[in-house]
Parts: sequence; C-alpha cells; structure tokens
Amino acid sequence: MVVIKNIICPICGCLCDDIEATVEDNKITKVKNSCSVSATKFLNYYKERNLSPLIRKNGELKPVSLEEAVDRTAEILMNADFPVIYGFACSGCEAQAVGVELAEEVGGIIDNQTVTCHGPSALGLHDQGMPTCTLGEVRHRADLIVYWGSNFQESHPRHLARYSASSEGRFRKGRKERKLVVIDVRKTPSARLADLFIPVAPGQDYELMLALRMALQYDDIEEESVAGLPVEQVEELAEMMRSCEFGVLFYGLGLTMSRGKARNIDMAVSLVRDLNKWTKFVIMPMRGHYNVTGMNEVTAWQTGYPYAVDLSHGYPWYSPGETTFTDLLRRGECDAALIVASDPLAHFPKNVAQNLCKIPYAVIDPHLSMTALAAEVVMPCAFTGIEAEGSAYRMDTVPLPLRKVVDPPSGINSDEQLVGMILHAIRSKRR
Amino acid sequence: MKFKAILLTGRSLKQGIGKELSKVSDKYMESVSICEVHPKDAEELGLKEGDSIRVTTQFGSIVVKCNPSQNIAKSGIIFIPYGPYANMVMGPDTDSTGMPSFKGLSAEVEPAPGERVLNVKELLSQYLRR
Ligand code: SF4
Repeated sequence: MVVIKNIICPICGCLCDDIEATVEDNKITKVKNSCSVSATKFLNYYKERNLSPLIRKNGELKPVSLEEAVDRTAEILMNADFPVIYGFACSGCEAQAVGVELAEEVGGIIDNQTVTCHGPSALGLHDQGMPTCTLGEVRHRADLIVYWGSNFQESHPRHLARYSASSEGRFRKGRKERKLVVIDVRKTPSARLADLFIPVAPGQDYELMLALRMALQYDDIEEESVAGLPVEQVEELAEMMRSCEFGVLFYGLGLTMSRGKARNIDMAVSLVRDLNKWTKFVIMPMRGHYNVTGMNEVTAWQTGYPYAVDLSHGYPWYSPGETTFTDLLRRGECDAALIVASDPLAHFPKNVAQNLCKIPYAVIDPHLSMTALAAEVVMPCAFTGIEAEGSAYRMDTVPLPLRKVVDPPSGINSDEQLVGMILHAIRSKRR
Repeated sequence: MKFKAILLTGRSLKQGIGKELSKVSDKYMESVSICEVHPKDAEELGLKEGDSIRVTTQFGSIVVKCNPSQNIAKSGIIFIPYGPYANMVMGPDTDSTGMPSFKGLSAEVEPAPGERVLNVKELLSQYLRR
C-alpha cells in the first residue's frame, strides 16, 4: 500500500493539486481532498471499461488488434477530402500537440470542445482583450467575487473553497472578509450561498451589463426595470462593484450560450474595463474540462489560433462559424473524423450529431460513450492524470504536471501514443 | 393541458458524477433525463416528481422525468441537464460563432402519462435515423 500526495485532479478547470490517493495492488482504494465528482472518478476509473480496440463489421463493433484499428483509422483519414480531428480537452498537452500535427498531415480541421463552451470567450477576447490574473491573486486579494451564469457548486465544486470567496488568502482571510454575488437565471445551489443573488431574466444578460455600465457612469437609466430587475438593484450592484478594493468576475456558460453569445463577452470585458477606472477588477472564464485551456494554448502556439483551425490550405485558416466542428457538421462539409476523449453525440444538438453518424469516424476514449457506440473504429486509451502523465493548463492558464498514479491495464496506450501511431501509419503509407 | 416555457440547459452535480462512471451508465442517463420545473407549474399540471413529461421545441420533442425544483426561481422556466436528451430539442444554428443556442429556447411542456424515457440504444437509433 502506498499513499501518493499532491495529485492533480484531472476533471475540471480548477485542477485542484492536493488530492491524496491510497494505491493497493495498482488500484486506487481511497482518496482524500476530492470533491464528489473527483472521488467518483478516482475510485471508479477502472470499472465499466472497454479494453479492446473495435471495428465495425457488418454493422456491429467487433474486437480487433490495435494494429488493425490504427490502420483503419489511418485509411479513413487519408481517404477523406476534409477530415476533422476533434476533442483533446481531457488529454495532456503532449497528446494535443500530436493532434495538431496529425491535422496538418491529413490537411484537415483541428477543433476542440471550446466550440461548445467558451468559444464565444475566445471571440470576445480577440475583440476586447481580457484583464485577468491568476487564481492565486484572487485568493490573496479579492474582496468582491461575482459569479455570472455559473453554477460553480455543481460544475467546479471546490472553486469557492480553494480559490475564491471561502479560500484563505494572505490579505483576505476567508468568507467573512469577502462579498459573494451570484447573477443567474436559476436560484442554483451556488446562488443560495451568495450575499446577493441577482435573478437576471433569461437571455437579458447583455442588457443588464449595459445598464451596469451606465450606472457606473452615473447615467440616468430611463426605465423602471432592466433584465427583470428594478433599476435600484442595478444601481446598488454597480455601487458594490465600484467600491470594492479587488473585484473578480467569474463567468460561465450562462453568458457564452445565451442570446448574444460572443457579444455578451465583449460587454462583460467592457464592464470590467470600465470598473478599472474606479478600482481593480479582473475577469475570468470558468473553464470546464480540465485541459480545454491547454488545448487552446497548444493550438494557438502551433497554429496561431485557439480552436477551429482549418489546415487544409497548407496554412492555418481560422473562421469560427465556418471552421467550427458544429457548423461543419451542420452543413455536412466534413467527410471523416477522429474524436479524441470527447462525446459530441451526447453534446451536440441532434440535427448536428446526426450528420456525424453519416460519415466514417474513429474514437479514442478510455470509456465507451454514445459517440463510440456509433463509430467505425474505437480505440481504448489510458486515463491521463491517473494512468498516464501529461501537462495541463488550469483555467487561469497556469500549467501543471499531471501524474501517473497507477499503471494502465495491460495493452492500453495513452491517447498521445495512439494519435502518434495513427500519424506514423499515415506517413508510412504515404512514403 | 400544457404550458409555455423558456428552456435552459446546464451542468448538474449528479450529471458530473454520472459522467465519471461512464457516459452510457444508468446513473449518467438518469441524471440527464430529468427536467426541473417551477413547483407551481408542476402543481397546475398535476405533476409529481418522477412523472413523465414531454418537452417540445421547434426542433424536436423528448420525454423526460419531471423534477419540481426550488432551483427554478420563476414560473415558466424549465431546465434539462446537458446531454443526449436535451440535445433532442436543441437547434443547430450557431449565429456564426460555432456555439449552438443551448440556453433560452421557447418550449412547451405537457404531461406524458404512460410514455417512458428512451434508453441509450433507443436514443442512438434516433441519431442514426437518416
Ligand atoms: S473541483 Fe474540479 S479539479 Fe477540484 S477536485 Fe473537484 S472535480 Fe477535481
């Protein structure tokens, strides 16, 4: 039996780095410091696992050798005119880099889960920049914490305790020395913890942000209510934001997925920029998958763009709305795909997901998913951060090393190795 | 009897836990096949927790389990966790951003007595339907 300390949790963008695991006979039998989501992963990762590569034959997925699965995937990608390499938000940066290389080799698109989480944040960032900081700075200094469109207690269960309102920092000692505001369309478990809950009307976040900007300038708002709220409440919130010493606006998919999308992020950044005329204020997206930030970083340093990059021209071309996987599928433009550690069939609207089922695609994933069940080829891989090493970027873009805590089941490779094998097979066939 | 609603989708803790067991596990499928409604809206339709309801938008229709919830602060708002059930009624347009509109769709809710929630295989066959 051995106890391994300071493991980084490979689940959400918090990348909590204090997990302790007891390992007996190459299995994790106990965990400490995990939230309920993390404990579920660490104590169940080895269950309900498919350990064999599969290929569809006569309509059914049948076990095959790894060589055959890699070879078939290489063929699928080589025979395509416009393939997409998609996923990697639950992979290490090393696997992501090989993914970009593969997309370049096959002349296709490299895209990732950003498209259905913080893609609009990337677009807002291109337009406006983003005054931000590390989570450490928030912990030590922030006295006003605003969550907008984020049910952090359910999506990032330890965010509040480790990095924000309830964390113990150098200059702010804990919950009593900070104010917590939650702005949301539902009174979520997170909203119930707030000192002030602002129930914004669905789809009217943009209007509320605009009204806050007006209130900050002491402009008259010639309405009785904005976004379902009395104007006095808007003015009260503006005053609270203006008079703090160090404020932070954490925002979630409530802004990126609602009416306005990227425009909401433009407006949120503009609000924070305005606030900096009065005090110190920063903004940060609540990134979901543990290394979706890493995939943006890796894709950006290799191609110049964070997601949805078209490499079919021989140079990187970036046009979200056109080169995003959702739009390519919607229009039926891509003709093959490799999906790595992602489940678009369970996360894209039906009319989009249906088009994925019309093209040949391969899946690399530690688990069987709906996407895997409808695939042409399935290759099981190790869980990065439990069975394989790697690097990941926390939501504040701080890179951290993921540990290998136990050995993967025999014959199971990391996603980095599998993507590398496909790349190698394609290069060998072309020579 | 039915009522008009604004449909939101999002994360839930149960869904987060379920997905770590596997995306085709019973726990995951149960966690994403529910719909939170305002307790008053549920009462008006005579719905209790666990009753089947049909949620319909211009893009499709799906049967899920009713969950009267305090999370819904206002009558006329409903919530289904992200996942294959919610996606059955979501639209494909992205407004040139890549992001489909996962929050704020107009929907209709009605009781669906005798109808049951689809399982993984049945859902998959809907996706495979050409
Ligand atoms: S908050 Fe996120 S990173 Fe931290 S332990 Fe929970 S799932 Fe893991």
